[in-house]
Amino acid sequence: MLNKIVDTVDEAIADIGDGASIMVGGFSVAGTPHNLVAAVSRKGVKDITLIGNAFSQFLASTDALGVKKVICTVPLPHAFAWGTSPVDQGIREGRIEVELNPQGTFVERIRAGGAGILGFYTPVGVGTIIAEGKEQRVFNGVECLLELPLKADFALIKADKADRFGNLVYRMAQRNFNPLMATAAKTTIVEVDEIVPLGSLSPEVVDTPGIYVRRVVKVPKWDIKPRYLG
Amino acid sequence: MKGLTRELIGMRIAKELGQGMYVNLGIGLPTGVSNFIPEELEVILHSENGILGYGRIATEEEWDLDLLNASGQPVVLLPGACFFHSADAFGMVRGGHVDITVLGAYQVSEKGDLANWAAGATKIGNIGGAMDMCYGAKRRLVYMEHTTKKGEPRIVKECTYPLTASRVVNTIFTNLAVIEVTPHGLLLTEVAPGVTLEEVQAATEPKLTIAEGIKEIAL
Repeated sequence: MLNKIVDTVDEAIADIGDGASIMVGGFSVAGTPHNLVAAVSRKGVKDITLIGNAFSQFLASTDALGVKKVICTVPLPHAFAWGTSPVDQGIREGRIEVELNPQGTFVERIRAGGAGILGFYTPVGVGTIIAEGKEQRVFNGVECLLELPLKADFALIKADKADRFGNLVYRMAQRNFNPLMATAAKTTIVEVDEIVPLGSLSPEVVDTPGIYVRRVVKVPKWDIKPRYLG
Repeated sequence: MKGLTRELIGMRIAKELGQGMYVNLGIGLPTGVSNFIPEELEVILHSENGILGYGRIATEEEWDLDLLNASGQPVVLLPGACFFHSADAFGMVRGGHVDITVLGAYQVSEKGDLANWAAGATKIGNIGGAMDMCYGAKRRLVYMEHTTKKGEPRIVKECTYPLTASRVVNTIFTNLAVIEVTPHGLLLTEVAPGVTLEEVQAATEPKLTIAEGIKEIAL
């Protein structure tokens, strides 16, 4: 029987080791897999490459998750961040290498990574530091940068409901990067609020088909009241 | 600060919005524009994290931590709203489907270059969606204070801060004036009440051309 459900977050991330590249979904606190992040923090791995929009919302992490490099769009906490995390601190203190991407390019690279597209051109970033070291080409008079796909060993994502095939449904603005990251990792691990019997998710509503998902774990409802710095 | 208050700049920008427009409001000052959209005007707000049709900021009782705007603030939804993922959110902008983006700025150059992600020479700063927001939208409006706290111009010949994008700004709205970026240079079209043309030029590094039919900002 095809059953992707595991019982605990620690089981879910059992094969994450030193040197892994890990995508983490979420935009601010919405759609961030807080329990999986906490589990990685507890595990004590090192030399991790972390790929995500921002990291201030890693409120459950007790350390910088062994991160040596991040690929992101918002490396520093900003006015409306819900908190700060040890990853932000590592970035500020220069201990973590940063590769900056514009957010649209970042997510398009992930889409390309999951969809077998080996490169694409975008005008975003031409004439800025983003263009450094990248090939440029003109299409229809518009200067563009060549951007390459982003893939990872693991993707940690958050969804609302799953079945044992790993079909996923998201809630509200939880989606953001999760559906794309689900496609672009060798092993996609999802934490959900609810696991439903096979067949009860209508085919009409499935957001992420289970083909992309390796492991599903049910987690408690996210409980901390984030400190709203705004 | 001379001229309009920061909030009233947003009120002036809201007059640019038309019935049925799809509009993205950037993080920071630009989110204030939503406070001045008249109730009867149906403007659909786009958020880079995957929402069309969000409304005002939520009260603490209404907070839903899965329903945040691009700044991370809890919001409420309006009828007709929908959700989608981030690749679609940016495809909507880059692909030319959004009518207006309103962006904050540290500096705007006389050719319409925009610097809004780092205030100084640095390689690490929060780019977020700003660079993408500059491409595809039919009009790019800047919402900013005319000068720094020390009184230095933010509308400059060339940006000295790291660029967000080159030659993208269409119209600049500040506490002192409304200025169009044209192929022939900056055109001053409106001046805030109680502010003179000379004061606007003194606070602006490049030469401004005064529009025929220049008028006072009306709110």
